[in-house]
Amino acid sequence: MLESIKQYLSTNVTPGEAGSMFWATIYVLAITIGVSLAVLSMNWLERKILAHMQIRLGPMRVGPHGLLQPIADALKLLIKEDVIPAGADKIVFWIAPVFVMMTAFTTFIVVPFGRTAAVTDMNIGILFMLGVSSLGVLGVIMGGWASNSHYPLMGSLRSGAQMVSYEIAMGLAIISAVLMTSLGATGTGTLSMVGIVQAQADQRTWFVFSMFPLGLAAFVVFAIAMVAETNRAPFDLPEAESELVAGFMTEYSGFRWSLFFLAEYAAMLAVSSIAVTLWLGGWLRPFPNWLSGPAWDLAFSFVPGLTFLGLAAMCFIGTVRMPKILQLRIQTIGLGTFGAVLAAVGLLLLVPGVRERSQDVFWFTAKVAVFMYLYIWYRGTFPRYRFDQLMKVGWKILLPVSLGVLIVTAIVGVRQELWAALTGVTR
Amino acid sequence: MSNGNYNRPDLLDLDTKQETFLDTTEMVLNMGPQHPSTHGVLRVILKLDGEKVLGTECIIGYLHRGVEKIAENRTYAMFNPYVDRMDYVAAVSNGLGYCEAVEKLLAVEAPARAQYIRVIMTELCRIASHQVWLGTHALDIGALTPVFYAFRDREEILKIFEKYCGARLTTHAFRIGGCIYEIYDGFEQDVKNFCQKFLPKLDEYEELLTTNRIWVARTKGVGVLSAEDCIALGVTGPVLRASGVEWDLRKKQPYEAYSKFQFDIPTGLNGDTYDRYLVRIQEMRQAVRILLQAVESIPAGPIMAKVPKVIKPAPGEVYHSIEAPKGELGYYIVSDGSTQPYRVRVRPPSFVNLQALDKMVRGMLVADVVAVIGTLDIVLGEVDR
Repeated sequence: MLESIKQYLSTNVTPGEAGSMFWATIYVLAITIGVSLAVLSMNWLERKILAHMQIRLGPMRVGPHGLLQPIADALKLLIKEDVIPAGADKIVFWIAPVFVMMTAFTTFIVVPFGRTAAVTDMNIGILFMLGVSSLGVLGVIMGGWASNSHYPLMGSLRSGAQMVSYEIAMGLAIISAVLMTSLGATGTGTLSMVGIVQAQADQRTWFVFSMFPLGLAAFVVFAIAMVAETNRAPFDLPEAESELVAGFMTEYSGFRWSLFFLAEYAAMLAVSSIAVTLWLGGWLRPFPNWLSGPAWDLAFSFVPGLTFLGLAAMCFIGTVRMPKILQLRIQTIGLGTFGAVLAAVGLLLLVPGVRERSQDVFWFTAKVAVFMYLYIWYRGTFPRYRFDQLMKVGWKILLPVSLGVLIVTAIVGVRQELWAALTGVTR
Repeated sequence: MSNGNYNRPDLLDLDTKQETFLDTTEMVLNMGPQHPSTHGVLRVILKLDGEKVLGTECIIGYLHRGVEKIAENRTYAMFNPYVDRMDYVAAVSNGLGYCEAVEKLLAVEAPARAQYIRVIMTELCRIASHQVWLGTHALDIGALTPVFYAFRDREEILKIFEKYCGARLTTHAFRIGGCIYEIYDGFEQDVKNFCQKFLPKLDEYEELLTTNRIWVARTKGVGVLSAEDCIALGVTGPVLRASGVEWDLRKKQPYEAYSKFQFDIPTGLNGDTYDRYLVRIQEMRQAVRILLQAVESIPAGPIMAKVPKVIKPAPGEVYHSIEAPKGELGYYIVSDGSTQPYRVRVRPPSFVNLQALDKMVRGMLVADVVAVIGTLDIVLGEVDR
């Protein structure tokens, strides 16, 4: 058993490529649990960060600094009464949240958290991801329709129109990134998620910086479109609280509602993963050229462990700063325990062997976390677009820009061949 | 809500009837009375073509408490606290209007010192009311953060109210004939400190919204109301001024000590939601200007005029109106010579301004309805009374 684990860990491919059903199942389980945990922590972080932007404290009661609040909420949602409105189409109403969640989680099959840390490396990975994630809108429309109520109907129609409009700009931006994989000495062009990151490693640049400013423009288009795609502020019209009460989720409550919630955050993670993979070098560490060489590689491999130790130190400082009163003793102990867990993880990540294998996942997650922060930041800053303005942004700004970027990228990419064809001179 | 109106779109004014396109039908959407952004319990029935609003019908009365009828069974002094409960975010202004109307009926005038205190309190209240408006209006349009900033700074005003009269919201600060409370030690300093701290914070609000592209896109050209429409509908207050009509009762029919202070009437040009936003922001700046002038020069003297213990005005009637934060707040009081008013009729600015809703949102989108309800700055306690 141990031997087979060791043997597997020494391979350099994903379980899908290795054809190992057992490891693929393990990975799927790990990703499902990991994404759910990420959603829970996102929930806490969003409330805390948004609260601090809005001069309030956010959750403070359940657990130290409200750390257990998401768990308490999840528990509350689980034990809530299961309400299906009398006029609703029961079967569709039942399927919709399951459908949305399934599509959101399925996309993670091809997300390369590291060179080997993906369930499989599909040769049409990015296409698969786009296809599956856009199926999610079907669930939203199903939910809105099945509720048999005006607000959900309007919310789901908005959602449908919005996702269709922004998917085009998004797809064009993705194509321009895929085009870039064919550049360089060994570039052949690939749709595989792992292949795209490999291409960035080979070219020693992230696509956001390549062909400046084309990569950046495509990235910006994608970064805007992905916010609209996931129905987040300032494009959160389908669930516009002040207009449509809760949009397509109005009639949902309890566990079904929490599935929608889970799916929304999973979708945010999924599209952020696409952005990270395509433009920000996936699992590659930052500064591959400026700080290159084995010494720097070694130095960077310590960063994950040290980050966790830093977080643990913050927890310990928090423990010291906690008022020394009886009522807060459990909270103080809890915070200390949390810090200890973080410290243990940090120390584990410093162990040689683990250190080398874990840094891929760390860099990928850190980059996704930046996007998650941006999502929260947008929410704290921007008012909401109106429906027609949203469409205007999608069709009149993002679509032409991404189309232009795509054409220019293509022309620049084949400029030598073009030159040769036009003049007959090969340079 | 088993109200028959829900299924009766014929109640709506159907003069905008349009030809159906691709066999689509109109939808009737019931917005409220439980809705996050109808500012209380306003119910609006919307007739929609997709997202486009074809007509609206406001249904009010969910917060009706019969304030005017209660007045007929209370003495003049006893009715005074009730008016605070109408526009509860600007309770001081409501009290001022009522006290002045009764004073006019009694033909007495508050002493100069009381008038200054009244002006300071009322202007503080104007700022507090506009802050509530700003926060909720921004929240309706989707900006989550300004509401917390506005409420943080409003707290300073409420603290001054609390120190002055013990209450924060429904203050009952004034009495018929003047004020009952002398200002506390350090009142002037508190107000001055507030003014100094508040101006940079106002800049902070503006930084969040005034040049925000999405905010401008959401408010410019939305809910346009021309000056003629405003006057025809009887709309007053910042909504009227944003349409370019320079009409402020503090200047046009000066009451209290307002004639002694220098201030401008901010007006808009286009009468859209953005102009109304700018006008209210400017009004807060002007209120600070009045406050700084007033605290510098509070005269000495009594704070209460000679008013009989039992208020028994001679038979007659009086109408008196003041410039409340939301517009012209009028009280029409009929006395039959007894200790209780024969009839009290309130002209609430929110109620009258709400009548403009239909005109403003026709042909706009659903999201604009929410923006327009916010920009009208209605308080349902005052609409329904």
